[in-house]
Amino acid sequence: MNWQVMIDSFPALAEGALITLELVVISGILGVLLAVPMAMARVSPRPWLRALPLAHIYFFRGTPLLVQIYLVYYGLGQFEAVRDSVLWPYLREAYWCAIIAFTLNTSAYTAEILRGAIQSVPRGEVEAAETVGMSPALIWRRIRLPRAFRIALPAYSNEVILMLKGSALASTITLMDLTGVARTIIARTYTPVELFLAAGLLYVVLAFLILGGFRLVERRLNRHLQPG
Amino acid sequence: MEQAAIELRGIKKRFGELEVIKGIDLAARRGEVIALIGTSGSGKSTLLRCINLLEAPDEGEIIFDGEALDLKRGRDGTLHAANREQITRLRAGIGFVFQNFNLWPHMTVLDNVIEAPVHVLGIPRKQALAEAETLLEKVGLAEKQRTYPAFLSGGQQQRAAIARTLAMHPAVILLDEPTSALDPELVGEVLGVIRQLAEEGRTMLIVTHEMRFARDVAHRVVFLHAGRIEEEGPPSRVFGNPRSERCRAFLATHLAEPQGESN
Ligand SMILES: Nc1ncnc2c1ncn2[C@@H]1O[C@H](COP(=O)(O)OP(=O)(O)O)[C@@H](O)[C@H]1O
Ligand SMILES: [Mg+2]
Repeated sequence: MNWQVMIDSFPALAEGALITLELVVISGILGVLLAVPMAMARVSPRPWLRALPLAHIYFFRGTPLLVQIYLVYYGLGQFEAVRDSVLWPYLREAYWCAIIAFTLNTSAYTAEILRGAIQSVPRGEVEAAETVGMSPALIWRRIRLPRAFRIALPAYSNEVILMLKGSALASTITLMDLTGVARTIIARTYTPVELFLAAGLLYVVLAFLILGGFRLVERRLNRHLQPG
Repeated sequence: MEQAAIELRGIKKRFGELEVIKGIDLAARRGEVIALIGTSGSGKSTLLRCINLLEAPDEGEIIFDGEALDLKRGRDGTLHAANREQITRLRAGIGFVFQNFNLWPHMTVLDNVIEAPVHVLGIPRKQALAEAETLLEKVGLAEKQRTYPAFLSGGQQQRAAIARTLAMHPAVILLDEPTSALDPELVGEVLGVIRQLAEEGRTMLIVTHEMRFARDVAHRVVFLHAGRIEEEGPPSRVFGNPRSERCRAFLATHLAEPQGESN
């Protein structure tokens, strides 16, 4: 085991880990923003509204993440409208392609987690809100979504960990995330075991940080729950 | 004739093939306390829930203080509010107390109480807080303001739910078996609060199995059977000399066991 190469690579790997964390956090936040309206549509009493996000949800849950990344990375440039748009300088970059792919992917899973959480908010709590004259929009904002977020939190933290691991695929489109950095160094040093071991350790640290963050949020948001 | 605080005309409601409410007329004068009694499944909850459209009736009219609720027939054949502004306003003026309290568990007791005054009525937060504190004191929960519902006993939760309802200054309060989910030793404290509301002259429709409470507090008792009003009258008459055989049988079983009001 070549310890020296592990130590020497550490600064570069740490930088890659930061990119990985960035990918996960940014697509995580954007994914939730997309997931909320989709989950709300999924529980609508109107059938057409319920059906609206289905194509999105089935496509992104039903196809490999790698395929989705390639589609965004190689596919977007096929459209003249995209190439001519003001966003093209961003959309041609691997970084933003990865963010787009991850966002769309995680939004599909998160929408399903949220849908389940919304449906498990006891009906009586919503009825209580109706009886005091709260409008449907107000009930969403004050009762249903705040309750659903709290219920969804444990399942959602799991989704973020899955996203963290899936983010390694960003390296296939030249992104210098944690895995990308490791692969680049390996190409130079031919020490795959050392580098992947170091990268693996850093992934564990990231997962630990993410879960710790969720535990803090959960303790704060779910302090209303009876202990034990 | 004095205008009724609330009036129901020809209310009908079915769930699929099952007709649960078969045409009910009922009016409550201002300040009147009406006890709805009847066997389980006779339609008491459904009737109460039709009043503020928690349940969509199939037929009928609902009139609050002379203002008829604007109804339109939906695609499923049931009646829905035709006017969002009106139903929101009227609901804000009709309190509803549930058997299972239905407090919002992610808010403290105090936040439960000020939620609707602040966000529905637009009362300044400070004023709502002051009023909520007075109400919580009134129901004996001054010490529990900052507590989350899960940390309260059932009796405390129901009293908090009553305070939440009172914070809207409802003209009418509907109570659906407010003490049925409680341990026997907690029933008295909740009935005490409701009795106090009756003494204040509030208009209330209360579904209850507490016959002694109904006899003491209600001005009128309505016995429901299979979706119809089978018997109604002042408690002394209904309890003392029921005309209907079914009502007599119902009372025989429900008056036999002493019901739990302690104060
Ligand atoms: N949402 C519903 N769907 C189908 N049936 C219902 C529903 N709510 C009540 N029922 C039925 O209607 C009847 C009357 O119920 P309910 O009004 O709850 O009676 P009560 O409150 O007098 O016990 C019962 O047979 C009950 O099973
Ligand atoms: Mg009932």
